[in-house]
Amino acid sequence: MTGTINLDGQTIPFTEGQTIIEAATAAGVYIPHLCHKPGYTPHGSCKLCTVKVNGRNCSACTFPAADGQTVISNNDELAHDRRRITQMLFVEGNHFCPSCEKSGNCQLQGVAYHLQMYDNHFPHFFALREVDASHPDILIDHNRCIFCNLCVRASQEKDGKNVFGIAGRGINKRLVINSPSGQLKDSDIAVDDCAAHICPTGAILIKRTGFQVPIGQRIYDHKQISEVALAAEGGSCSRPAAALAPSQEVAHDK
Amino acid sequence: MTNKIKVATTSLAGCFGCHMSFLDIDERIVALAEVAEFDRSPITDIEHCGPCDIGLIEGGVCNSENVHVLREFRKNCKILVAVGACAINGGLPAMRNYVNLEDCLLEAYRDGIGVENAQIPSDPELPLLLDKVHPIHEIVKVDYFMPGCPPSADVFWTFLTALVEGREPALPYELVHYD
Repeated sequence: MTGTINLDGQTIPFTEGQTIIEAATAAGVYIPHLCHKPGYTPHGSCKLCTVKVNGRNCSACTFPAADGQTVISNNDELAHDRRRITQMLFVEGNHFCPSCEKSGNCQLQGVAYHLQMYDNHFPHFFALREVDASHPDILIDHNRCIFCNLCVRASQEKDGKNVFGIAGRGINKRLVINSPSGQLKDSDIAVDDCAAHICPTGAILIKRTGFQVPIGQRIYDHKQISEVALAAEGGSCSRPAAALAPSQEVAHDK
Repeated sequence: MTNKIKVATTSLAGCFGCHMSFLDIDERIVALAEVAEFDRSPITDIEHCGPCDIGLIEGGVCNSENVHVLREFRKNCKILVAVGACAINGGLPAMRNYVNLEDCLLEAYRDGIGVENAQIPSDPELPLLLDKVHPIHEIVKVDYFMPGCPPSADVFWTFLTALVEGREPALPYELVHYD
Protein backbone atom coordinates (compact mmCIF):
# COMPACT_ATOMS: atom_id res chain seq x y z
CA MET A 1 0.00 0.00 0.00
CA THR A 2 1.22 3.48 -0.76
CA GLY A 3 -0.33 6.84 -0.12
CA THR A 4 0.44 10.36 0.95
CA ILE A 5 0.63 12.28 4.18
CA ASN A 6 0.44 16.02 4.65
CA LEU A 7 3.59 17.14 6.48
CA ASP A 8 3.63 20.81 7.42
CA GLY A 9 1.43 21.57 4.42
CA GLN A 10 3.55 19.52 2.02
CA THR A 11 2.18 16.36 0.40
CA ILE A 12 4.64 13.51 0.94
CA PRO A 13 4.39 9.97 -0.40
CA PHE A 14 5.01 6.90 1.72
CA THR A 15 5.24 3.19 1.08
CA GLU A 16 3.80 0.34 3.10
CA GLY A 17 5.56 -0.08 6.46
CA GLN A 18 7.25 3.30 6.51
CA THR A 19 7.13 5.32 9.68
CA ILE A 20 6.48 9.05 9.55
CA ILE A 21 10.16 9.85 10.07
CA GLU A 22 11.16 7.48 7.26
CA ALA A 23 8.69 9.06 4.87
CA ALA A 24 9.83 12.54 5.90
CA THR A 25 13.53 11.72 5.51
CA ALA A 26 12.94 10.15 2.09
CA ALA A 27 11.21 13.38 1.07
CA GLY A 28 14.12 15.47 2.35
CA VAL A 29 12.41 16.76 5.49
CA TYR A 30 14.46 16.59 8.70
CA ILE A 31 12.70 15.74 11.94
CA PRO A 32 15.10 16.06 14.92
CA HIS A 33 15.96 12.72 16.51
CA LEU A 34 18.62 10.94 18.55
CA CYS A 35 17.48 7.36 19.24
CA HIS A 36 16.28 6.74 15.69
CA LYS A 37 18.62 5.28 13.10
CA PRO A 38 17.63 3.75 9.76
CA GLY A 39 18.07 -0.01 9.75
CA TYR A 40 17.56 -0.36 13.50
CA THR A 41 14.34 -1.32 15.29
CA PRO A 42 12.62 1.90 16.36
CA HIS A 43 12.88 2.58 20.08
CA GLY A 44 10.88 5.77 20.57
CA SER A 45 12.72 6.75 23.74
CA CYS A 46 14.23 10.19 23.14
CA LYS A 47 10.93 11.80 22.06
CA LEU A 48 12.77 14.45 20.08
CA CYS A 49 10.91 13.43 16.95
CA THR A 50 7.55 14.16 18.55
CA VAL A 51 5.13 15.42 15.92
CA LYS A 52 1.43 16.14 15.94
CA VAL A 53 -0.46 13.49 13.98
CA ASN A 54 -4.06 14.49 13.40
CA GLY A 55 -3.77 16.68 16.50
CA ARG A 56 -2.14 14.13 18.81
CA ASN A 57 1.52 14.01 19.88
CA CYS A 58 3.29 10.91 18.51
CA SER A 59 6.87 9.75 18.04
CA ALA A 60 7.57 10.03 14.33
CA CYS A 61 10.10 7.18 14.53
CA THR A 62 7.53 4.65 15.74
CA PHE A 63 4.26 5.92 14.26
CA PRO A 64 3.37 4.37 10.92
CA ALA A 65 2.54 6.68 8.05
CA ALA A 66 -1.06 6.29 6.90
CA ASP A 67 -2.91 7.71 3.96
CA GLY A 68 -4.40 11.13 4.57
CA GLN A 69 -2.58 11.85 7.85
CA THR A 70 -2.02 15.47 8.75
CA VAL A 71 1.37 15.77 10.44
CA ILE A 72 2.82 18.90 12.00
CA SER A 73 6.54 18.91 12.79
CA ASN A 74 7.71 22.44 12.21
CA ASN A 75 6.00 24.87 14.54
CA ASP A 76 6.97 26.96 17.57
CA GLU A 77 5.27 24.69 20.08
CA LEU A 78 7.12 21.55 18.96
CA ALA A 79 10.41 23.45 18.65
CA HIS A 80 9.95 24.60 22.24
CA ASP A 81 9.14 21.07 23.42
CA ARG A 82 12.15 19.63 21.61
CA ARG A 83 14.40 22.27 23.16
CA ARG A 84 13.08 21.40 26.62
CA ILE A 85 13.58 17.66 25.98
CA THR A 86 17.17 18.29 24.89
CA GLN A 87 17.78 20.47 27.93
CA MET A 88 16.52 17.62 30.11
CA LEU A 89 19.00 15.26 28.46
CA PHE A 90 21.79 17.71 29.26
CA VAL A 91 20.89 18.22 32.94
CA GLU A 92 20.16 14.55 33.65
CA GLY A 93 23.60 13.46 32.51
CA ASN A 94 26.89 15.26 32.94
CA HIS A 95 27.63 16.81 29.58
CA PHE A 96 30.70 19.00 29.80
CA CYS A 97 31.36 19.61 26.13
CA PRO A 98 34.71 21.42 26.56
CA SER A 99 36.18 18.27 28.14
CA CYS A 100 34.62 15.74 25.76
CA GLU A 101 36.51 14.21 22.85
CA LYS A 102 33.24 13.77 20.95
CA SER A 103 32.55 17.52 20.96
CA GLY A 104 31.84 18.73 17.46
CA ASN A 105 30.99 15.20 16.32
CA CYS A 106 28.29 14.72 18.95
CA GLN A 107 24.72 14.31 17.75
CA LEU A 108 23.28 15.49 21.07
CA GLN A 109 25.28 18.67 20.64
CA GLY A 110 24.30 18.88 16.96
CA VAL A 111 20.61 18.65 17.80
CA ALA A 112 21.01 21.26 20.53
CA TYR A 113 22.73 23.61 18.09
CA HIS A 114 19.97 22.98 15.55
CA LEU A 115 17.33 23.81 18.17
CA GLN A 116 19.17 27.02 19.10
CA MET A 117 19.58 25.80 22.66
CA TYR A 118 21.73 28.38 24.44
CA ASP A 119 21.10 27.25 28.03
CA ASN A 120 20.10 24.21 30.05
CA HIS A 121 17.06 25.84 31.70
CA PHE A 122 16.59 23.21 34.43
CA PRO A 123 18.58 22.69 37.64
CA HIS A 124 21.39 20.23 37.05
CA PHE A 125 21.28 16.75 38.58
CA PHE A 126 25.07 16.34 38.66
CA ALA A 127 24.35 12.62 38.96
CA LEU A 128 27.19 10.44 40.17
CA ARG A 129 28.17 8.20 37.28
CA GLU A 130 31.17 6.02 36.55
CA VAL A 131 33.71 5.75 33.79
CA ASP A 132 34.55 2.23 32.61
CA ALA A 133 38.02 2.35 31.07
CA SER A 134 38.69 -1.34 31.68
CA HIS A 135 38.61 -2.45 28.04
CA PRO A 136 41.89 -2.10 26.12
CA ASP A 137 40.23 -0.43 23.10
CA ILE A 138 36.88 0.98 24.18
CA LEU A 139 35.92 3.47 26.89
CA ILE A 140 32.48 4.03 28.39
CA ASP A 141 31.75 7.30 30.15
CA HIS A 142 28.35 6.78 31.73
CA ASN A 143 28.14 10.52 32.41
CA ARG A 144 27.26 11.04 28.76
CA CYS A 145 24.77 8.22 28.18
CA ILE A 146 21.31 9.38 27.11
CA PHE A 147 19.79 5.86 27.08
CA CYS A 148 18.97 5.95 23.39
CA ASN A 149 19.44 2.18 23.32
CA LEU A 150 21.36 2.32 20.03
CA CYS A 151 24.34 0.38 21.43
CA VAL A 152 21.92 -2.20 22.84
CA ARG A 153 20.22 -2.59 19.46
CA ALA A 154 23.51 -2.57 17.56
CA SER A 155 24.99 -5.30 19.72
CA GLN A 156 21.88 -7.46 19.45
CA GLU A 157 20.79 -6.78 15.89
CA LYS A 158 24.08 -6.17 14.08
CA ASP A 159 26.82 -7.79 16.15
CA GLY A 160 24.78 -10.74 17.46
CA LYS A 161 26.38 -10.35 20.88
CA ASN A 162 23.98 -8.76 23.41
CA VAL A 163 26.73 -6.84 25.25
CA PHE A 164 24.58 -3.95 26.51
CA GLY A 165 21.30 -3.48 28.34
CA ILE A 166 19.36 -0.71 30.07
CA ALA A 167 18.51 -1.42 33.71
CA GLY A 168 16.52 0.49 36.33
CA ARG A 169 13.88 3.15 35.91
CA GLY A 170 13.71 6.92 36.04
CA ILE A 171 16.75 8.59 37.53
CA ASN A 172 18.13 5.17 38.47
CA LYS A 173 18.20 4.08 34.84
CA ARG A 174 21.65 2.99 33.71
CA LEU A 175 23.49 1.29 30.92
CA VAL A 176 24.69 -2.13 32.06
CA ILE A 177 27.28 -4.46 30.57
CA ASN A 178 26.54 -8.13 30.09
CA SER A 179 29.66 -9.60 31.67
CA PRO A 180 30.40 -11.47 34.91
CA SER A 181 32.03 -8.41 36.49
CA GLY A 182 29.78 -5.83 34.83
CA GLN A 183 32.88 -4.33 33.29
CA LEU A 184 33.48 -3.92 29.59
CA LYS A 185 36.80 -5.78 29.65
CA ASP A 186 35.00 -8.99 30.61
CA SER A 187 32.39 -8.71 27.86
CA ASP A 188 32.87 -10.03 24.34
CA ILE A 189 32.66 -6.62 22.65
CA ALA A 190 35.32 -5.98 20.01
CA VAL A 191 36.56 -2.68 18.70
CA ASP A 192 35.13 -3.42 15.25
CA ASP A 193 31.60 -4.02 16.54
CA CYS A 194 28.83 -1.67 15.44
CA ALA A 195 27.94 -1.19 19.10
CA ALA A 196 31.32 0.39 19.76
CA HIS A 197 30.77 3.04 17.09
CA ILE A 198 27.11 3.93 17.12
CA CYS A 199 26.88 6.12 20.23
CA PRO A 200 25.41 9.53 19.33
CA THR A 201 27.18 11.15 22.30
CA GLY A 202 30.61 10.71 23.85
CA ALA A 203 29.48 7.85 26.11
CA ILE A 204 31.24 5.13 24.07
CA LEU A 205 34.60 6.16 22.67
CA ILE A 206 37.38 4.31 20.92
CA LYS A 207 40.68 4.72 22.71
CA ARG A 208 43.71 6.25 21.03
CA THR A 209 41.62 8.01 18.37
CA GLY A 210 41.07 11.27 20.24
CA PHE A 211 41.64 14.58 18.54
CA GLN A 212 42.52 13.07 15.14
CA VAL A 213 40.33 15.84 13.82
CA PRO A 214 40.90 19.08 15.75
CA ILE A 215 38.01 20.80 17.51
CA GLY A 216 36.68 23.46 15.17
CA GLN A 217 37.02 21.20 12.11
CA ARG A 218 34.49 18.60 13.18
CA ILE A 219 31.14 17.76 11.62
CA TYR A 220 28.74 19.96 13.56
CA ASP A 221 31.23 22.79 13.83
CA HIS A 222 30.24 23.62 10.27
CA LYS A 223 27.26 21.56 9.18
CA GLN A 224 23.79 21.54 10.66
CA ILE A 225 22.69 18.13 11.88
CA SER A 226 19.66 18.42 9.61
CA GLU A 227 21.95 18.54 6.59
CA VAL A 228 24.15 15.71 7.88
CA ALA A 229 21.24 13.47 8.83
CA LEU A 230 19.39 13.90 5.54
CA ALA A 231 22.54 13.15 3.55
CA ALA A 232 23.34 10.13 5.70
CA GLU A 233 19.84 8.76 6.14
CA GLY A 234 18.21 9.86 2.90
CA GLY A 235 15.88 7.31 1.45
CA SER A 236 14.69 4.62 3.78
CA CYS A 237 17.13 2.50 5.74
CA SER A 238 20.10 3.42 3.55
CA ARG A 239 23.74 3.30 4.57
CA PRO A 240 25.18 6.59 5.87
CA ALA A 241 26.80 8.81 3.27
CA ALA A 242 30.56 8.56 3.60
CA ALA A 243 31.12 12.22 2.89
CA LEU A 244 29.15 13.45 5.87
CA ALA A 245 28.84 10.76 8.50
CA PRO A 246 31.61 10.19 11.06
CA SER A 247 34.10 7.95 9.30
CA GLN A 248 34.20 5.32 12.02
CA GLU A 249 30.42 5.03 11.94
CA VAL A 250 30.44 4.45 8.19
CA ALA A 251 33.21 1.93 8.37
CA HIS A 252 31.47 -0.19 10.94
CA ASP A 253 27.82 0.05 10.03
CA LYS A 254 27.00 -3.36 8.63
CA MET B 1 25.83 62.74 32.95
CA THR B 2 26.49 60.39 30.11
CA ASN B 3 24.12 58.59 27.82
CA LYS B 4 26.47 55.68 27.43
CA ILE B 5 25.30 52.13 28.12
CA LYS B 6 26.76 50.88 31.39
CA VAL B 7 28.34 47.44 31.32
CA ALA B 8 29.61 45.49 34.31
CA THR B 9 31.50 42.20 34.13
CA THR B 10 32.83 39.75 36.67
CA SER B 11 34.25 36.26 36.95
CA LEU B 12 32.86 33.89 39.57
CA ALA B 13 34.16 30.30 39.50
CA GLY B 14 35.77 30.66 36.11
CA CYS B 15 39.20 31.01 34.57
CA PHE B 16 38.85 34.52 33.08
CA GLY B 17 39.07 32.92 29.64
CA CYS B 18 35.73 34.47 28.71
CA HIS B 19 37.09 37.91 29.61
CA MET B 20 40.15 37.21 27.48
CA SER B 21 37.88 36.21 24.61
CA PHE B 22 35.90 39.43 25.11
CA LEU B 23 39.14 41.38 24.67
CA ASP B 24 39.63 39.53 21.37
CA ILE B 25 37.07 41.88 19.82
CA ASP B 26 40.29 43.86 19.28
CA GLU B 27 39.86 47.28 17.69
CA ARG B 28 36.09 46.94 17.82
CA ILE B 29 36.44 47.83 21.51
CA VAL B 30 36.92 51.44 20.35
CA ALA B 31 33.50 51.41 18.71
CA LEU B 32 32.09 49.79 21.83
CA ALA B 33 33.70 52.43 24.06
CA GLU B 34 31.88 55.12 22.12
CA VAL B 35 28.51 53.79 23.21
CA ALA B 36 29.34 51.93 26.41
CA GLU B 37 31.31 52.47 29.60
CA PHE B 38 32.47 49.93 32.12
CA ASP B 39 31.27 49.80 35.68
CA ARG B 40 32.75 46.97 37.75
CA SER B 41 35.07 44.90 35.56
CA PRO B 42 38.71 43.79 35.56
CA ILE B 43 39.69 47.02 33.79
CA THR B 44 38.21 49.32 36.43
CA ASP B 45 38.91 49.52 40.14
CA ILE B 46 35.29 49.37 41.24
CA GLU B 47 34.53 46.95 44.06
CA HIS B 48 30.73 46.93 43.88
CA CYS B 49 28.75 47.46 40.72
CA GLY B 50 26.20 50.24 40.61
CA PRO B 51 23.07 50.45 38.47
CA CYS B 52 23.97 49.06 35.03
CA ASP B 53 22.31 48.22 31.76
CA ILE B 54 24.16 45.00 31.04
CA GLY B 55 25.92 42.60 33.41
CA LEU B 56 28.16 39.89 32.00
CA ILE B 57 28.80 36.98 34.36
CA GLU B 58 31.53 34.47 33.67
CA GLY B 59 31.96 31.36 35.82
CA GLY B 60 29.73 29.27 38.03
CA VAL B 61 28.88 29.67 41.69
CA CYS B 62 31.23 27.80 44.04
CA ASN B 63 31.37 29.88 47.22
CA SER B 64 29.46 32.36 49.37
CA GLU B 65 31.14 35.39 47.80
CA ASN B 66 30.04 34.22 44.33
CA VAL B 67 26.45 34.18 45.60
CA HIS B 68 26.73 37.76 46.97
CA VAL B 69 28.37 39.11 43.81
CA LEU B 70 25.83 37.38 41.59
CA ARG B 71 22.90 38.73 43.58
CA GLU B 72 24.43 42.22 43.51
CA PHE B 73 24.72 42.02 39.74
CA ARG B 74 21.17 40.79 39.40
CA LYS B 75 19.90 43.61 41.60
CA ASN B 76 21.78 46.28 39.67
CA CYS B 77 21.75 45.07 36.05
CA LYS B 78 18.75 45.48 33.82
CA ILE B 79 20.01 42.66 31.58
CA LEU B 80 22.03 39.81 33.05
CA VAL B 81 23.98 37.58 30.65
CA ALA B 82 25.48 34.18 31.54
CA VAL B 83 28.76 34.05 29.65
CA GLY B 84 30.38 30.73 28.82
CA ALA B 85 30.06 27.10 29.82
CA CYS B 86 30.83 27.57 33.55
CA ALA B 87 28.07 30.15 34.02
CA ILE B 88 25.64 28.06 31.99
CA ASN B 89 26.25 24.55 33.35
CA GLY B 90 28.97 24.84 35.99
CA GLY B 91 31.64 23.92 33.47
CA LEU B 92 34.88 22.28 34.51
CA PRO B 93 34.74 23.65 38.10
CA ALA B 94 31.52 21.62 38.52
CA MET B 95 33.53 18.46 38.00
CA ARG B 96 34.33 18.70 41.70
CA ASN B 97 30.64 18.00 42.35
CA TYR B 98 31.42 14.29 42.17
CA VAL B 99 33.93 14.50 45.01
CA ASN B 100 32.93 14.91 48.64
CA LEU B 101 33.87 18.46 49.65
CA GLU B 102 35.91 17.34 52.67
CA ASP B 103 37.81 14.81 50.54
CA CYS B 104 38.40 17.55 47.98
CA LEU B 105 39.91 19.91 50.56
CA LEU B 106 42.00 17.15 52.16
CA GLU B 107 43.40 16.11 48.80
CA ALA B 108 44.22 19.68 47.81
CA TYR B 109 45.67 20.96 51.10
CA ARG B 110 46.75 17.98 53.19
CA ASP B 111 47.11 14.67 51.40
CA GLY B 112 48.06 15.66 47.86
CA ILE B 113 51.49 14.89 46.46
CA GLY B 114 54.00 17.66 47.18
CA VAL B 115 51.89 19.43 49.81
CA GLU B 116 54.05 21.16 52.44
CA ASN B 117 52.88 22.71 55.74
CA ALA B 118 49.60 20.89 55.28
CA GLN B 119 46.63 22.86 56.55
CA ILE B 120 43.16 23.54 55.27
CA PRO B 121 42.81 27.34 54.81
CA SER B 122 40.48 28.74 57.45
CA ASP B 123 41.03 32.51 57.39
CA PRO B 124 37.71 34.19 58.22
CA GLU B 125 38.10 36.43 55.18
CA LEU B 126 37.99 33.44 52.87
CA PRO B 127 34.54 32.81 51.44
CA LEU B 128 32.98 29.53 52.43
CA LEU B 129 32.88 26.88 49.73
CA LEU B 130 29.50 25.59 48.68
CA ASP B 131 28.93 21.86 48.69
CA LYS B 132 28.47 21.96 44.92
CA VAL B 133 29.31 24.28 42.03
CA HIS B 134 26.13 25.63 40.44
CA PRO B 135 25.31 27.32 37.14
CA ILE B 136 24.14 30.87 37.74
CA HIS B 137 20.57 30.33 36.55
CA GLU B 138 20.05 28.15 39.61
CA ILE B 139 20.64 31.22 41.84
CA VAL B 140 19.19 34.21 39.95
CA LYS B 141 17.09 34.88 36.87
CA VAL B 142 19.26 35.12 33.79
CA ASP B 143 18.11 37.01 30.70
CA TYR B 144 20.51 35.74 28.05
CA PHE B 145 23.07 32.99 27.62
CA MET B 146 26.27 33.12 25.56
CA PRO B 147 27.42 29.53 25.02
CA GLY B 148 31.05 28.58 24.49
CA CYS B 149 34.24 27.74 26.32
CA PRO B 150 34.87 30.54 25.82
CA PRO B 151 32.32 32.24 23.56
CA SER B 152 34.27 33.68 20.65
CA ALA B 153 34.92 37.40 20.29
CA ASP B 154 32.34 37.40 17.50
CA VAL B 155 29.76 36.00 19.90
CA PHE B 156 30.48 38.85 22.34
CA TRP B 157 30.29 41.35 19.51
CA THR B 158 27.06 39.93 18.06
CA PHE B 159 25.38 39.83 21.47
CA LEU B 160 26.53 43.22 22.70
CA THR B 161 25.81 45.14 19.52
CA ALA B 162 22.30 43.68 19.48
CA LEU B 163 21.69 44.55 23.14
CA VAL B 164 23.14 48.05 22.77
CA GLU B 165 20.91 48.65 19.74
CA GLY B 166 17.90 47.28 21.58
CA ARG B 167 17.58 44.23 19.33
CA GLU B 168 16.97 40.66 20.41
CA PRO B 169 20.35 38.85 20.21
CA ALA B 170 20.50 35.87 17.85
CA LEU B 171 23.53 33.83 16.89
CA PRO B 172 24.15 32.44 13.40
CA TYR B 173 24.82 28.67 13.39
CA GLU B 174 28.58 29.07 12.94
CA LEU B 175 28.89 30.97 16.22
CA VAL B 176 27.04 28.46 18.42
CA HIS B 177 29.59 26.21 20.13
CA TYR B 178 29.58 24.58 23.55
CA ASP B 179 33.33 23.95 23.46
